[in-house]
Amino acid sequence: MLRHTVKRQFNLFSRAKPVREAFLCAHNGVSAAVRISTMNRSNVLNYSTKIPPRLTAESYPNLQRLSEFKKLSSDDLTFFKSILSDSEILQATADEDLAVFNEDWMRKYKGQSKLVLRPKTVNQISQILKYCNDNRLAVVPQGGNTGLVGGSIPVFDEIVLSLTQLNKIRSFDSVSGILKCDAGVILENADSFLAENGYIFPMDLGAKGSCHVGGIVATNAGGLRLLRYGSLHGTVLGLEVVLPDGKILNSMDALRKDNTGYDLKQLFIGSEGTIGVITGVSILAPPRPKAVNVGFLGVGSYEAVQEVFVQAKQELSEILSAFEFMDLKSQTLAKEHLKGVSHPLEDEYPFYVLIETSGSNKEHDDAKLEAFLEKAMENGSVLDGVVAQDETELRNLWEWRESIPESSQAGGGVYKYDVSLPLKELYSLVDAANERLNEKGLSSTSDPTKPVISAIGYGHVGDGNLHLNVAVRAYSKEVEKVLEPFVYEFVSSKHGSISAEHGLGFQKKNYIGYSKNEQEIAMIKELKNLYDPNAILNPYKYV
Amino acid sequence: MSKALRILVPVKRVIDYAIKPRINKAGTGVEKTGVKFSMNPFDDIAVEEAVRIREAHKKLVENIHAVSIGPTKAQDILRTALAKGADTCTLIDAKETELEPLAVAKILKQVVAKQNANLVILGKQSIDDDCNNTGQMLAGLLNWPQATNAAKVEIDESSLVAKVTREIDGGEETISAPLPLVITTDLRLNQPRYATLPNLMKAKKKPMEKMTLADFSDVSTEPRLQVLKLEEPPTRSAGEKVASVDELIEKLKSVKAI
Repeated sequence: MLRHTVKRQFNLFSRAKPVREAFLCAHNGVSAAVRISTMNRSNVLNYSTKIPPRLTAESYPNLQRLSEFKKLSSDDLTFFKSILSDSEILQATADEDLAVFNEDWMRKYKGQSKLVLRPKTVNQISQILKYCNDNRLAVVPQGGNTGLVGGSIPVFDEIVLSLTQLNKIRSFDSVSGILKCDAGVILENADSFLAENGYIFPMDLGAKGSCHVGGIVATNAGGLRLLRYGSLHGTVLGLEVVLPDGKILNSMDALRKDNTGYDLKQLFIGSEGTIGVITGVSILAPPRPKAVNVGFLGVGSYEAVQEVFVQAKQELSEILSAFEFMDLKSQTLAKEHLKGVSHPLEDEYPFYVLIETSGSNKEHDDAKLEAFLEKAMENGSVLDGVVAQDETELRNLWEWRESIPESSQAGGGVYKYDVSLPLKELYSLVDAANERLNEKGLSSTSDPTKPVISAIGYGHVGDGNLHLNVAVRAYSKEVEKVLEPFVYEFVSSKHGSISAEHGLGFQKKNYIGYSKNEQEIAMIKELKNLYDPNAILNPYKYV
Repeated sequence: MSKALRILVPVKRVIDYAIKPRINKAGTGVEKTGVKFSMNPFDDIAVEEAVRIREAHKKLVENIHAVSIGPTKAQDILRTALAKGADTCTLIDAKETELEPLAVAKILKQVVAKQNANLVILGKQSIDDDCNNTGQMLAGLLNWPQATNAAKVEIDESSLVAKVTREIDGGEETISAPLPLVITTDLRLNQPRYATLPNLMKAKKKPMEKMTLADFSDVSTEPRLQVLKLEEPPTRSAGEKVASVDELIEKLKSVKAI
């Protein structure tokens, strides 16, 4: 999912400065300085919306706090203090509203939680959930809080159960490549750990510096390696989950093959914290590729993007590891955002493609990539392009893809839609959205009185996954009404999915019907009632 | 001398600067197997500057020639130099031999003569040994003027005098020197371009001359320096939190910091 969430770092009680760290991990002073000059980010604009978010409860007045839920009392605190240390309990005070835990990074939603629990052990989590279940206290499990659909933040006064401090690598088997770790391990840390052992985490996304391994599993995040390594439904081998009544479901003894009845872990992958809290993950890590190449190509039309994709699959086959497309408008926004950094391609093209190969032998990969690109240039499907010659160029090229979400946010805010559509019609949604916004006179790139800047499209062609981002100057009901349910109806009419990788969370909770049929929804509800009869886990969300 | 620039750009293959080098188990050098190598970033800047000089003075520049002394695989970075705008190149295959700056400068002196070059642009240092010697030594051997750490280079077409700006403490220093000249590049001279697909394809057809150290048998490649041992710098010990200013002062006193 969160491929296009920004890399952020939170300081506990202050909203982190949104200027990204400049990858200052180079091997001596000279090279660090080189890096900074190559991609000077000091003049990058702030990304977060200028207007602080309103309380979700105020933005959605029809939504009422469920009276079945108990309000937090001093008895409850006494109990929590009996099982947790002071540093594991954070309470709201007059000058601290726990904004870091109450707001999402897009600053679209704001909850009113007064209590954050940050346990360090699975047993503590089990005790907390049992107590909350017995006392009907609503709980929101939270990982790195990098979600894009408001799924990890409270709506009213739910207790935030933060997995931040449950963050140990448990074990790694360097023969099988099976990693076992706590849910609160930050994705980037897990990947660095694996890198030292010659392995790679089978998924990657823009928010890797903040998001948790447990969070990506709970939300079934997609990300950029999906094309190569498949979805988490395949790579996750086992889970440790605390159920709402405090029972611990453990399938961490990971086996690649285990055909003994229901594969229960699958139920929690993508459950978004609605029937259990994931506390441990075992996952199969593939060997880390030794050679990586990145090309950034200019393409004349969406049809040509598809042609290049087909050719890339044929010519590059097993080494193709990412195929991302971006439209011109997304690059225009990125150019404004990355002021002063020159774009890889001199001329403008209607579409851009970022292509990545990963393999074990550089000469072999180079030869394949070269042959493919030469062919694609000759037959005209690719109009221009560049190929990274060193690691910094490689990262800078990725930057033009990864900075799009930040860029689309920089003007004030962004409405994000993450949909699956048949490849042929992937881009038609962006055209349709722009047409509709123009028709209603809401959109202009230059006129500051219009609420919408522009609707842009980019995404993972390999997965049939489009990100439609509507960059706005401010969030407004008017724009929201034009876009929703229009986008969902459009996707449904093409038999796509309204959420390819972001999940449903709060934002799309009313729209599940566009992608799941009645029987499916009924079964989801039955499962929820069975395992969380008091519905204390992540209420007001999609189930 | 006819009014034409023949630019020589020496480039070195080094461990990519985004990669953290590791010391080998024996403690005698840096681990080189399975590590990504690229062009020394300062040399990348040198190639870019040569190309920019040609773009600014279309008729003046006759040829941009890249040269690399290193392992056979240094031809990868020569191809990169060709793709970014060099016209021709020479690979001087040194196999596994590691050369010190003086030997490199002596070989380059002969290459300068062979190419009849009158402007040498190279990185001020390579990021592997950080010597910052080669340019200066080459200028000395050639008895040419040198403009090191260039942050800006302007060439006067009529007089063939180069005006080079260097960053110094608290300001800038501008020097001028007539050609022939050796220029070494600093970080802020320019931002290198990407290698485009059409240029990468053209680069494959550009000539690459191949030589070996045997072609420079009069240059001694014997090392004059001996590496005794390579060690990681000591790791920084973890910080400590103090509750009050008094405690801070006490701690500082206890470690004799104040």
